[in-house]
Amino acid sequence: MDERASKARGLNRLRRAEHVDAAPADAEKAAAAPRPPAGQPVVEFRGVHLAYEGGHVALDGATFAVERGEFVFLVGQTGSGKSTLMRLLTKELEATAGTVRVAGRDLAVIDHKKVPFYRRNIGVVFQDFKLLPNRTVYDNVAYALMVTGHSRKEIRRRVPDILRLTGLATKLHAYPDQLSGGEQQRVSIARAFVNHPPLLLADEPTGNLDPETSIGIMQLLYRINRTGSTVLVATHDHAMVDRMRRRVIELEKGRIIRDEATGLYARDENTREFAARLRGDLSGRPDLDGGE
Amino acid sequence: MDSVNFFLREALRTLRRNAMPSFAAMVAVMVTMLVLGVFIPIVQAANGAANSVRGRVLVDVYMTTGATTTDVQRVRMKLDGLADSPKIQFVSKDAAFKQESKRDPEAYALLGANPLPDTFRVTPKNADDLNSLKAQLLKIKGTEPAMESVRDRRDDTTKILQATKFVKITVGVLAALLIAASIMLVANTIRLSLFSRRREVEVMKLVGATDPFIRWPFVFEGLIVGTVGALGAVMVLGLAKVAILDPLASDFALIAAPQTLAFPLLVLILLSAGAGLSALGSVVSLRRYLRI
Ligand SMILES: Nc1ncnc2c1ncn2[C@@H]1O[C@H](COP(=O)(O)OP(=O)(O)OP(=O)(O)O)[C@@H](O)[C@H]1O
Ligand SMILES: [Mg+2]
Repeated sequence: MDERASKARGLNRLRRAEHVDAAPADAEKAAAAPRPPAGQPVVEFRGVHLAYEGGHVALDGATFAVERGEFVFLVGQTGSGKSTLMRLLTKELEATAGTVRVAGRDLAVIDHKKVPFYRRNIGVVFQDFKLLPNRTVYDNVAYALMVTGHSRKEIRRRVPDILRLTGLATKLHAYPDQLSGGEQQRVSIARAFVNHPPLLLADEPTGNLDPETSIGIMQLLYRINRTGSTVLVATHDHAMVDRMRRRVIELEKGRIIRDEATGLYARDENTREFAARLRGDLSGRPDLDGGE
Repeated sequence: MDSVNFFLREALRTLRRNAMPSFAAMVAVMVTMLVLGVFIPIVQAANGAANSVRGRVLVDVYMTTGATTTDVQRVRMKLDGLADSPKIQFVSKDAAFKQESKRDPEAYALLGANPLPDTFRVTPKNADDLNSLKAQLLKIKGTEPAMESVRDRRDDTTKILQATKFVKITVGVLAALLIAASIMLVANTIRLSLFSRRREVEVMKLVGATDPFIRWPFVFEGLIVGTVGALGAVMVLGLAKVAILDPLASDFALIAAPQTLAFPLLVLILLSAGAGLSALGSVVSLRRYLRI
């Protein structure tokens, strides 16, 4: 698997292999989406600039748009600004210049008091899962609903559903330290998605996981994407990006240096086919979580 | 309702996790409330004593032994013209003789003749006006040969007033110190809770819990510490009242003093003071350490 050897080489190989011309870096054109755009883009960055206190510039004139239902990879070397971009979307950070819009709404004008309500529209998944260690799988997921004011009745209805979707139906009463890394990440995805947010952000969701487990997680994210949610994944896993054949936005020192949608978007493949393709040469092996 | 339930459960959970500091804060609140519970009635009794002593602050105006009834009439008119219209009581020499000889019959029987002069007792409306009253009276005496002397009876009363003042100041300072210490201990408990619940706080922010929702469990925790501490103090006070005070009340006027407030009211005051100061402690910590 030399695909992983170098990001650039890997991506070039991908381009050649699929006979796809590099899409123009122009954001508007790059927004060619897997699903037809329904009105406004879900995410729109326009000339976004972000300098941390102390002057370090983490994002420099980032411009792109993501349409509803897209699955987008965010790649780039460490320190290139991927996490910064995600934190702008959750409004943990404010753009120093330029505008960030989500579903047409300029984040700069969202009042501090309204931020929690805005965040309920975004699911977030992290490399380190951020689970509560002394609560069961069920309670970890229920917690997200509890603290956003859902009734017990609603929690009892929704949590088992989402745990079934994420393949955790048999682990309800396990504690995080009794789970494998992949299972823990599934819990954190379940928690992020239990509200069915229209936008799901994943910051290196497979950073701590072995390749096979990573495929399972990507498969799950793909399944979520197929329910209609827009998914944005920051990752270092070039092999995965190469195989997934989704739109890729590459950052370098805070600038977008590449933004392309690979043409062979097998958009109607089901998650089983998807997983099989991800495994590449390993295809034929049984699906990790039994498909849909 | 589900939310209140949630706040309560989260608070109890954290209390259990931080059993030691919570217990220390609880004990501090209890000691403070005990001290308040003992000293509020004592201060009230002392106040009552001081007030009855204050009523005895007066100036005696002695007439010359040879003063005639017209002299007495004239002086009375002058006294009626005094500023602030103090209370004026005339004690004739005969009345004074009767009164005094009743107190010490043998001594007065030996005297035979009545050595006592006619007297006016002048009582200021406000004990603090004693000095100006005395000055006015001395001025009148300068123009009034029938007036022998003007004397105030302050010495013994000021001693009592000073003593009660001292008791009140000491108790006040002690109570203030204890209250400050309790607030600090509760604040410290909440600071530790903030630390032990930092993951929860992070997750709550992530999934879009509102600021009040994040804060309430900590306030509940403080309220529980304060209320339980105050309840402990009330129980000890109740026991002491039944076992020690009530049997003695018939013998000691101070304990049975009518000015002290009823026990149920005292309980109410202590409980709300306990809850109030611990809520204050929570808020102090949340303000300082919770960045939302
Ligand atoms: N809180 C901060 N204060 C100052 N500089 C920061 C802060 N957070 C990140 N940076 C800097 O901003 C740049 C971009 O960081 P960011 O976390 O977005 O990178 P990244 O692409 O997510 O990297 P990685 O792949 O390692 O996660 C880095 O150079 C980093 O040092
Ligand atoms: Mg990062």
